Amino acid sequence: MALRPGRRPDPAVAGRSSRIFGSGAGRNVAIALASTIVVFTVLVLAIVNSPGWPEVKASFFNWDEFKEWFPDVARHFWVNVKLFLICEAVILVFALGIAVLRSLRGPVLFPIRMIAIVYTDLFRGVPTILVVFLLGFGVPALQLSGVPNGELFWGGVALILVYSAYVAEVYRAGIESVHPSQEAAARSLGLSHPQTLRYVIVPQAVRRVIPPLLNDFIGLQKDTALVALLGPVEAFRQSDIAVSADFNFTPYLCAALLFILATVPLARFTDWLVARDRKRQLAGQA
Amino acid sequence: MSDAALLVEDVHKSFGDSEVLRGIDLSVSEHEVICLIGASGSGKSTLLRCINRIEPVSSGRILVHGVEVTAADADVNAIRRNIGIVFQSFNLFPHMTVIDNITLGPRKVLRLSRSDADERGMALLQRFGLAERRAEYPDRLSGGQQQRVAIMRALAMQPRLLLLDEVTSALDPELVAEVLHVIRELADEGMTMLIATHEMGFARDIASRVCFLDAGVILEQGPPDQIFSDPREERTRQFLQRIIAAGRM
Repeated sequence: MALRPGRRPDPAVAGRSSRIFGSGAGRNVAIALASTIVVFTVLVLAIVNSPGWPEVKASFFNWDEFKEWFPDVARHFWVNVKLFLICEAVILVFALGIAVLRSLRGPVLFPIRMIAIVYTDLFRGVPTILVVFLLGFGVPALQLSGVPNGELFWGGVALILVYSAYVAEVYRAGIESVHPSQEAAARSLGLSHPQTLRYVIVPQAVRRVIPPLLNDFIGLQKDTALVALLGPVEAFRQSDIAVSADFNFTPYLCAALLFILATVPLARFTDWLVARDRKRQLAGQA
Repeated sequence: MSDAALLVEDVHKSFGDSEVLRGIDLSVSEHEVICLIGASGSGKSTLLRCINRIEPVSSGRILVHGVEVTAADADVNAIRRNIGIVFQSFNLFPHMTVIDNITLGPRKVLRLSRSDADERGMALLQRFGLAERRAEYPDRLSGGQQQRVAIMRALAMQPRLLLLDEVTSALDPELVAEVLHVIRELADEGMTMLIATHEMGFARDIASRVCFLDAGVILEQGPPDQIFSDPREERTRQFLQRIIAAGRM
């Protein structure tokens, strides 16, 4: 179903490939643009003409405050980025392990399956902030020797534990979406169950779940801010310090902007992957 | 009895309440080509799947080259190495190229080196005329080509027994011949095969023996000419008449 040059694009396909404007045709772009301008003008006018706007503007949208604090907050945002990247790498591997354990069969392995199930139930059930508090304050208090005591470290561990529970479920959905005939084909060649998982099932499963996986990582990127509650100074914490110093909320906006700048590319990338997969599927059916 | 390539003794298989195999007995010698015919649901596919233990039997015994497949302590992976199976829906691995589909078993089960496995795979591809498609992914191939690759994937393990489960049923009519051609070549070189099929002309042509399955038992078996020209059982006659009426023979 590839679009051929010089042909009128199929509206159904064009609509999917360009979701921001609704359709590829020039007239439709103009309509989308005009309607966007009207909607946003009305919104902005409504806000700017509200009775409390001057005070809100002064305390949230103060340009001087923004200029003063943005570099500081941005510098500390680097902590969030590092935390995110490290957690993500660990989660990708750890969660896959959980998902695979849960997919093992046979009565002997029931305890292993049960551990995997209890783990996912537990860490999906407890609010992230509680896990952060419990680990971040609890474990260092044990004063175990040879165990890192940093708040950042335990905050990261908490995020890994919580997000791995979600990501493991995403992986599991992927594993279960691979048709049983694939397993039959692999096993009939003489591959063992672990070999079948490794070479046939998991590679197909992972490809299928990349978009929902990235979706979870967008959530993780934001939740790195929760670690601030343990004490380490990162972007949110730094903006909080700035807010207390100047009694102005604009620094929060600096932090918000940085988080958006980090998550939006990932969100668009996820959209792009989904669109590409759909295109491939359509091509495969043709 | 140990010289039989395949021995099936009083095999029963139930799925829940429905008994699909109700006492199958069958003995196959080396180099025989057995065609299993019968209506859908007569148990052809289930029998094949029991032979390499994709499905466990409910009772009875199956021996492949003297090794009891149905034994509780049987090494299923070792047994399956020597039994190739080709499915109706190909079941190629979509994330692997043609050559990787073919060499996965040799590499991971037989522990062949990559180059040895590739050599074996390329020999098969060349022989069956698909060498230039070796780096393609399965979804780029026609159904007939996919099924030929699936046959090669089974052959790459150098099985002593090949099970073919309605391998042309999912194909467009014009693609059936190329797959049957491959099977004919295998028969000519003496591969022991058990073929579940709806292609009666092909069965008549290629089989050393034809078994008619009806409601989970082998109701009648014999040389193809006898089965197709002079069936003894009324049910066989009815089945063949329906096939002829449908224009499939």
